[in-house]
Parts: sequence; structure tokens; C-alpha cells
Amino acid sequence: MNEATLVLIVMTIGTFALKSAGPLVLGDRALPLRVQQVVDLLPAALLAALTIVSTVGDGRAVAIDARLVGLVVAGRALWRRLPFVVVIVLASGATALARLIS
Amino acid sequence: MKRAIHRQAASIVAAVAPFGIVFGAAAATAGLSLVQAMGFSLFVFGGSSQFAAVEILGDGGSVASAAIAGLLLNVRSLAFGVIMAPALVGTWWQRAAMSQLMIDESTAVGAAQHERRWRRYGYLVAGIGVFLVWNVTTAVGHVAFAGAGDLITELGLDAAGPAAFLALLWPRLSSAPQRRTAIVGALIALALIPFAPPGVPILASMLGVAAGRVGARRADEEVLT
Repeated sequence: MNEATLVLIVMTIGTFALKSAGPLVLGDRALPLRVQQVVDLLPAALLAALTIVSTVGDGRAVAIDARLVGLVVAGRALWRRLPFVVVIVLASGATALARLIS
Repeated sequence: MKRAIHRQAASIVAAVAPFGIVFGAAAATAGLSLVQAMGFSLFVFGGSSQFAAVEILGDGGSVASAAIAGLLLNVRSLAFGVIMAPALVGTWWQRAAMSQLMIDESTAVGAAQHERRWRRYGYLVAGIGVFLVWNVTTAVGHVAFAGAGDLITELGLDAAGPAAFLALLWPRLSSAPQRRTAIVGALIALALIPFAPPGVPILASMLGVAAGRVGARRADEEVLT
């Protein structure tokens, strides 16, 4: 079986368990405060890591290239509260331009 | 009431469309087939977790690291489930079916309503709307960018992934514990890139949560004193 299919199957089962635990099992019993805090913070850690690794990661090497220009431009665009489509277009355009120049 | 909910849901659903296209394109670039990309959007149905898994697979990460990173990003649906549970009334299989729509958008619209039946209605309208748009745009993104090859780098579209992750992270950065978590998580991942197999730096970033909690505890104490 293909790796992506295996990931898909595992994530389908695991995600459904996480999504349905409240409505099917727990009801409205609140999560313990500590668990709630970890749950609240977890996405920030992972999304920040994914941002950095997808920007400068190149297998096992750190590569500073045009993608970093794109990320900085994306940050500026988000700071100005521009819509997601605009953020993506500006980031891609800046990266392409940086490659053309260098 | 219905009209107000429809309006809230419509703007949220529309915002999902470009994300879906970027996900479809990312899946194609990572070497996933159209069927696999659609499988993720239909059965996993959780934007950031799908992005994470596809990113790690594309980098050559293991099945375990891709699946675990993806699942960690869906742990928050456990908290959403607890919030929405009282409103999601029905037989067990109806509740199971409604659970599949447990995402940020449906929970946001549902939890914004004051009466129980409107909470359920808002949750379902936003959830079904996002589900339809997400799946259609995933297919569009995959078909449009499958086989694009060199065009991806020429158009700078390899920066779309990092930009999308940053956009997902951005709204969370308004609180100090979240910012600390993000910075420490990013530094841990960056430091590990040369030493760990692809995907593992992402998983290790969860230790950044400790940095966020240190600050949260201090804030609690300040409130108490």
C-alpha cells in the first residue's frame, strides 16, 4: 500500500475518534484545565514549525532561498489584514521575482 | 434568525475556497493522486491537519510522523466536541454523522448562537457549506496543478505552502502564551532540521507548548495575588 494511503487511513480513524468523542461519549463534561491549555496551545507550536520548516527546510539541510522572501511578504500582507488569496498571490509573486533576479 | 446564520456561514465558507485550492495543489506537488487528495478532504476533513500530513509526506517523512503531526493538529476538535455536544442532539448515528463536521468554522458559527436549536443549525449550515466547498476546491487545485512540475517553482508557488501555514498561525498570535509557544516551537523545529528525519522536527515542536504554559501559569498567579 502507498504511504499516503496509509496516512489517510490512520488519520481518518484517529480524527473521527477526536471529533466524535464529545458528542458520542463525553457529552458536555469539560476537559481538565491542564488538558484544555495544552489543546489550546498545540496548534501554534505545530503551525509555527511547519511554517519554518517548509520555508527553509531542504531535506536535512537548511537552505535560505527565495521562499524566505515569499514568507516575509506573506507576513507583511497578513499584518495588513489582506485576504488569504492576496497573501498567497503576493507571496508566490515575490518568490518568483526573487528567483528571476538572483 | 436563519438569515443571520446564513450570512455568518456564507462569509466563512467563501474564505475556505482558496485554502482548498492551495491544499489540492500541495497534494499534487507532494505526489498524491487525485483519489488520495480527495480521500483526505472527504474523510479527514481538517484543513491544517491535511496540509501538515501532505507537507511531511512531500518532504520524505515517515508514515508515522505525517500521521501523528496531522492528528495532533486535530486534537482541538476534541475540545470543539465538548463545546458542541449539548446542541448536537439526535440518535447515536446522527450524532456520529454530525461529528464529522467538527471543525473550527462549524464550531465558530454554532457556538455564536444563543439557543440550542440554532447552535445546531449554525453548526450544520457552516459545516456542510465548508465540506462542499473544501472538497470541490481540493479537486480543482489538484487537477490544475498536477503535472505542473517546474511551473511550481517558476511561479513561486512553492512559497504558497509556507504562506498558508503562516496564515493559519496568524490569528493565534494575538495572545502572549500563543506567541511564546509559536516562537519556541519554530526554534526547536529549525534546530532539529539537520539532525532528525523529515517530519520529526515538526513533532518535536510540540515541546514549545511548555513555554506557553510557563507564561500562562504566571498570569494565573498574577490574577490570584
